[in-house]
Amino acid sequence: MPEISAGDTAWVLVCTALVLVMTAPALALFYGGMVRAKSTLNMMMMSFGALFVVGIIWVIFGYSVAFGPALDAGSFIGDPTAFLGLNGLLNSSALAVNGAYYPIPASAFVAFQAMFAVITVALISGAIADRAQFGTWLVFSAIWVTIVYLPVARAVFYFGDAEANGGGFIATKIKALDFAGGTAVHINAGAAGLALALVLGKRIGFGKMLLRPSNLPLVMIGAGLLWFGWFGFNAGSALGANGLAGVAFINTFSATCAAVAGWLLIERFRYGHATSLGAASGIVAGLVAITPACAYVDTWGALAIGVISGGVSALVVDLKHKFGYDDSLDVVGVHLVCGIIGTVLIGVFATTSVNEFGANGLLYGGGTTQLVRQIQAATIVMVFSFVVTYILGTILDKTIGFRVTNDQELEGVDLALQAESAYDLVGSSKGSSKGRNA
Amino acid sequence: MKLVTAIIKPFKVEDVKDALQKQGVNGMTVSDVSGYGRQGGHVEVYRGAEYTVELVPKVRIEALINDSEVKKVVDAILIAAKTGKIGDGKIWVTPVEEVIRVRTGDRGSDAI
Repeated sequence: MPEISAGDTAWVLVCTALVLVMTAPALALFYGGMVRAKSTLNMMMMSFGALFVVGIIWVIFGYSVAFGPALDAGSFIGDPTAFLGLNGLLNSSALAVNGAYYPIPASAFVAFQAMFAVITVALISGAIADRAQFGTWLVFSAIWVTIVYLPVARAVFYFGDAEANGGGFIATKIKALDFAGGTAVHINAGAAGLALALVLGKRIGFGKMLLRPSNLPLVMIGAGLLWFGWFGFNAGSALGANGLAGVAFINTFSATCAAVAGWLLIERFRYGHATSLGAASGIVAGLVAITPACAYVDTWGALAIGVISGGVSALVVDLKHKFGYDDSLDVVGVHLVCGIIGTVLIGVFATTSVNEFGANGLLYGGGTTQLVRQIQAATIVMVFSFVVTYILGTILDKTIGFRVTNDQELEGVDLALQAESAYDLVGSSKGSSKGRNA
Repeated sequence: MKLVTAIIKPFKVEDVKDALQKQGVNGMTVSDVSGYGRQGGHVEVYRGAEYTVELVPKVRIEALINDSEVKKVVDAILIAAKTGKIGDGKIWVTPVEEVIRVRTGDRGSDAI
């Protein structure tokens, strides 16, 4: 067993905090500014809500199901009782195990992976902005992370015990490459978002009324903070302060720059203007696409993945109006589309010159072997997530109700559900204060 | 006494305020408003979705003046607010029955 490395441990702990920033506040700001002023706080609360619900589940049994010893022969789920309440993992000499020992504490790995579960759930909320019951969203978050995220994360991220036995089937049997979560996080959340958008239906006025963003400066701040946090997400996935982390870091930067260029060029020539929302969206598109590929491609591959993801996403993002589903903040058009692009293009641009544990893609003499594996992984996660989410969403909608009433939606979910207003631009509303115990 | 109300382009507020100060108008109320007239709306694009925004942002300026000042005040606003392009706005003048200064209780012209 290796000794705990101070450098690696420090890096993973810092990255954990960076990935937390992606959910709260970055995604909350990004989504919160993109909805109308009457839904901003509720939108932000959906991110914060996913955070606390998933966090509790993760430390009680979530980690154990995703990264614990296999419960079944195929290792589709882990034994929830193995690390119940992180039993045994908080011993300061316990090392992180994922197909081998890592020189970092098990507790640091638990915390790092927790943030991935959190943001995956939070990402889904953008598809059902302005119209979801907050309580039902929390119940959905708890069940979805348990029955969709945990098995998918295990399939993609778990490489087995210290002797590499019992790893997840996408990682160890299909041998698809996904460095930081193109499948487990983005395709997963994107397919779930599509399912929920279909279950809840369109917002009142979708396609007819002006549903424009209320605060684009918040969106810009959120996008910038997402980028900042994403360095932790991608480079932290090296689980050490090492060369691979450096590769992931610079590719996360270059691909994202290229994606902004791709998105803005499409916008400029299609609509005549390069918009701030386009720049913010391009950032996220590029970050999503490079996530699975960041430690397997060289600079040319990263730039290509970036510009393709930004350009394609800008071209397809308004198709929801043609197909008539209200994926309000484009979880499908950005996360699902770019998750697929990044995951599949590993099969084209991967090169072992940057990472000997990676593969060679189509353009680097590897033939179609890896490409086929990547397509398989993307398809399995997309179909599984969509089907299970659609069923779960429908059950919740028929039982406890998922959508707010028309009156609540028109009044705005901030007032109806949170009893707050995001903006007080008048400042002189007459009112009286009544304490609960007064 | 008259109330002069002018709907103008937002970037003309400073020009109009300066022009009115030169005419001895000592106070005004300024509000951000939106509306439409002959100018119609404009198109905004969000992630490929084009929206026609029919209500255009404008500024409303209101000033209380004496009857004798109407012509020079209106002329001053006309010159200051004009760009010659569609959407420059409108000015109208309405009679005012009474004006009272809250602090002193002054009435009529003394309160202007």
